[in-house]
Amino acid sequence: MDDKKNGQAPSTTDRPIIEIIGMHKWYGEFHVLSDINLKVQEKERIVICGPSGSGKSTLIRCINRLEEHQRGRIIVDGIELTNDVKNIEKVRAEVGMVFQHFNLFPHLTIVENLTLGPIWVRKMPRKEAEEAAMKYLEKVKIAEQAKKFPGQLSGGQQQRVAIARSLCMSPRVMLFDEPTSALDPEMIKEVLDVMIDLAREGMTMLVVTHEMGFAKSVADRVMFMDEGQIVEENNPNDFFDNPQHERTKLFLSQIL
Amino acid sequence: MSQSNPVKAREHLKPPVTEVGVLGWIHQNLFNNWFNSLLTLLALYGLFVTIPPMFKWAFVDSLWFSGPEACREIDGACWSIIPSNARFIFLGFYPEDQQWRPLIAMILLFVLVFYTQNRKSWNRALFPIWVCGLFVMGWLMHGGLGLPVVETAKWSGLPLTLILALFGMVGAYPLGVLLALGRRSKLPVIHSLSVVYIELIRGVPLISMLFMSSIMFPLFLPEGVTFDKVLRAQVAIILFTAAYIAEVVRGGLQAIPKGQYEAADSLGLKYGQAMRLIILPQALKIVIPPSVGILISAFKDTSLVVIIALYDVLKTTKVTLSNPEWMGYSSEAYLFLAVLYFIFCYAMSSYSRKLEKALHTGH
Amino acid sequence: MSSAVPFWRDPRKRAIVFQILVLLLVFSTVYVLFSNTQANLRRQSIATGFGFLKVESGFEIGESVIEYSSADTYGRALLVGALNTIKVSFIGIVLMIILGVFVGIARLSRNWLVSRLAGIFIEVMQNIPVLLQLFFWYAIFYEAFPAPRQALNPLPGIFLCNRGLIMAVPAKHPAHLPMLISLAVAALLWWLLARWAKKIQDRTGRIFPVVRTGLGLCLLFPALVWLAYGAPKAMDVPVLQGFNFGGGVTVSPEFSALLIGLVLYTSAFVAEIVRAGIQAVTRGQIEAAMSIGLRPGQVLHLVVLPQALRVIIPPLTSQMLNLTKNSSLAIAIGYADFVSVANTTINQTGQAIEGVALIMAVYLCFSLSTSAFMNWYNKKTALVER
Repeated sequence: MDDKKNGQAPSTTDRPIIEIIGMHKWYGEFHVLSDINLKVQEKERIVICGPSGSGKSTLIRCINRLEEHQRGRIIVDGIELTNDVKNIEKVRAEVGMVFQHFNLFPHLTIVENLTLGPIWVRKMPRKEAEEAAMKYLEKVKIAEQAKKFPGQLSGGQQQRVAIARSLCMSPRVMLFDEPTSALDPEMIKEVLDVMIDLAREGMTMLVVTHEMGFAKSVADRVMFMDEGQIVEENNPNDFFDNPQHERTKLFLSQIL
Repeated sequence: MSQSNPVKAREHLKPPVTEVGVLGWIHQNLFNNWFNSLLTLLALYGLFVTIPPMFKWAFVDSLWFSGPEACREIDGACWSIIPSNARFIFLGFYPEDQQWRPLIAMILLFVLVFYTQNRKSWNRALFPIWVCGLFVMGWLMHGGLGLPVVETAKWSGLPLTLILALFGMVGAYPLGVLLALGRRSKLPVIHSLSVVYIELIRGVPLISMLFMSSIMFPLFLPEGVTFDKVLRAQVAIILFTAAYIAEVVRGGLQAIPKGQYEAADSLGLKYGQAMRLIILPQALKIVIPPSVGILISAFKDTSLVVIIALYDVLKTTKVTLSNPEWMGYSSEAYLFLAVLYFIFCYAMSSYSRKLEKALHTGH
Repeated sequence: MSSAVPFWRDPRKRAIVFQILVLLLVFSTVYVLFSNTQANLRRQSIATGFGFLKVESGFEIGESVIEYSSADTYGRALLVGALNTIKVSFIGIVLMIILGVFVGIARLSRNWLVSRLAGIFIEVMQNIPVLLQLFFWYAIFYEAFPAPRQALNPLPGIFLCNRGLIMAVPAKHPAHLPMLISLAVAALLWWLLARWAKKIQDRTGRIFPVVRTGLGLCLLFPALVWLAYGAPKAMDVPVLQGFNFGGGVTVSPEFSALLIGLVLYTSAFVAEIVRAGIQAVTRGQIEAAMSIGLRPGQVLHLVVLPQALRVIIPPLTSQMLNLTKNSSLAIAIGYADFVSVANTTINQTGQAIEGVALIMAVYLCFSLSTSAFMNWYNKKTALVER
């Protein structure tokens, strides 16, 4: 299952595609993210794990500005995230997000869900958008459901559509917020398979998940977060076999 | 590529000062962007322009317990119209020496309601308690059995409002449940009759029902039989409210999973037993919150009997205003009534919201 | 081996017998009531049938959309009443929707002050009976507002007194009809423009600013027509003549009080409906839309509104119906709506049954057509699920 290094070594020479410097975030008085420093290179696959409440979802939601940080800097593909609306829009067009609860638009067909972004944000002609959409639907192996509505699909099917929807915007980075946590066990594999294919093709991915098998097979780095800080990060082998920190050891003993 | 942060003892950094505390609250809730700031300023200006003059009129320049002549001298509100006419506004034409009876009846009603709103009282004893209570209230108002009889024509003011609403609800509920069951029935005759009734009644204004009852009912009766005026209005309110209750109960019946009906059937229960023992207890519990909503509407709707010349608390107020001594103080009188209705209705709707949360049936 | 089931144990036969019994009960009750009624009517020498519709009415009506005098028939009087009901209901519905949407959105505002004020408005208006509110506003007109000679003048050309609201309006001019027609033409062009823009977007991806252009057309066309007629600026200004105003347009206290009361009361319910509709769209939907890169305006019109409207429209049509039904309270403050006129008719002719039947029939028309619309809308927009 060690198929991550087939010539897709993350490039270390160019500027990182995501850079977070000294980032802090508070919810009121609660210090939810503390001194986050992170550099993500293009084509890197990073898995973030940790107990609930550790701030891992909040961290990736800051990257596409679904949450605002109060201190520090976040730079995505050279664009710094501030209150500047133009920058936020540019960043969101380059960063795709897959949610725990899919969030497909129930009033639109599958195809319409996919073409919404390309038509209204990238201003593509409809035909072109639909052709691209069908291509991505085939990629996630769900092309036959194109004309159906989200309510008619199972959870696993919906999540695969959600991944295709993000891919239609041709993002440079994909964020995954616990993509399989809301799925029944028999559907988790179909979604993970899609994510593994994506990783093999060289997509830069940040994945918040508890699926350690996925981490072992695909990730370049595994990060452990606790109480708003990045406690430990390592390549998967060393991370799982040789955790350095007490908290990491405790967490791993609880989930493995 | 390994990296393990010696986790620095987390610096006890404080969040930016504009984010927390009173300043933070003000910043986030009132001024977090230019649009909100503009809104806040506009709203504050609007309040500043309207509240002080109204306050002055209502509290500073006002009189509370004077006679009508003193009121004419001042610019402010003449609240005295209420205390001076309180007996009439609240109890109407009820004979003065017997007015303790409606008073006791109302107190009894409030005690009952207060007792019922506590969910710990919801047990088998509640129903008989209410039946006894209603009988006692009826006896106090009407008389007989030791008390001199006071005919319904003299029932007026707040007791009339409360009675119309209360008995309206009590009478309408069984009828509404029957209609709901009828509408769900597979028997075509029953289903059609129920649907026709419900859609017909829900499609017309209450006032047409009140007209129908006050003008048409006398024609329906054989010669010589008369129909009490208050009873006519009460029947109209019952028939009207029943249609709305029917729809609400129907919603409750639909919410019960099919499995419950099937389980009841497979136990061998007959239709009546299945409904009584299994389905209705669950359905009626679900629809308690919207039923309180209907009660609130019924309470507000009792004011319409003004139009058919019944003396509920709105009509008694109007009559007070037509007294030449107290003419011209409509605002004060209506505002007072508005506060009265508001207190009742707001209490009921707050209770309903609280209940919804507690029963986990809100959405 | 089918043994004949005795009919009193066969559920199907029992059902039939039961229904027959019910029908017999209903019919016999109706028959008894009917014959009683006939006897009573005969005894009191009250006519039956709708012949009275052709009889001269003999009463005046305070305000009317069409020509009417006491020499006209009851039928025409009832028509006047019906038109008055439609007039107040239509204007009331438009205002109630505008106010309700505004207050509903304000209730959701992040601005604490605005949200609280909206909340107070909603609670106060919902919990006070509408009839009481009508009496209050009517009393304001009659007691708080002065006689025409001392009328309040809040804005130039607008007067408030106990005869009502009197406004200056543009004087009748031949330009008005062409202006209206040009507005209709502009609206038609807007619609055509929207269709064309959609085709262009499908083909090339370019987005054309339809709303801005459409609005511009609707403003431009009538303005051009107005200029073409020499820019007539003459206004019909109300002028105090003796004890009252002449000229301008008078909105009666009855109509004003009815409209204000109905709109304020019902808009509180609409506000709650709008709020519930918007809250029904989960945060996740908005986040997903934002993370694809849609702008707030696009999120609103592509993702939030389609879902919110599904939840808003059905109860909204109920409230529209409620406003129409509540307009029947006009009788209590002297506005000549249908119930009011029908009531006078009943009092004069004594034909209560026909009168009440007419009232119910008219309102039933309103409600059944609204129900039909709602059912159609629900079917059309239902979210497709397994």
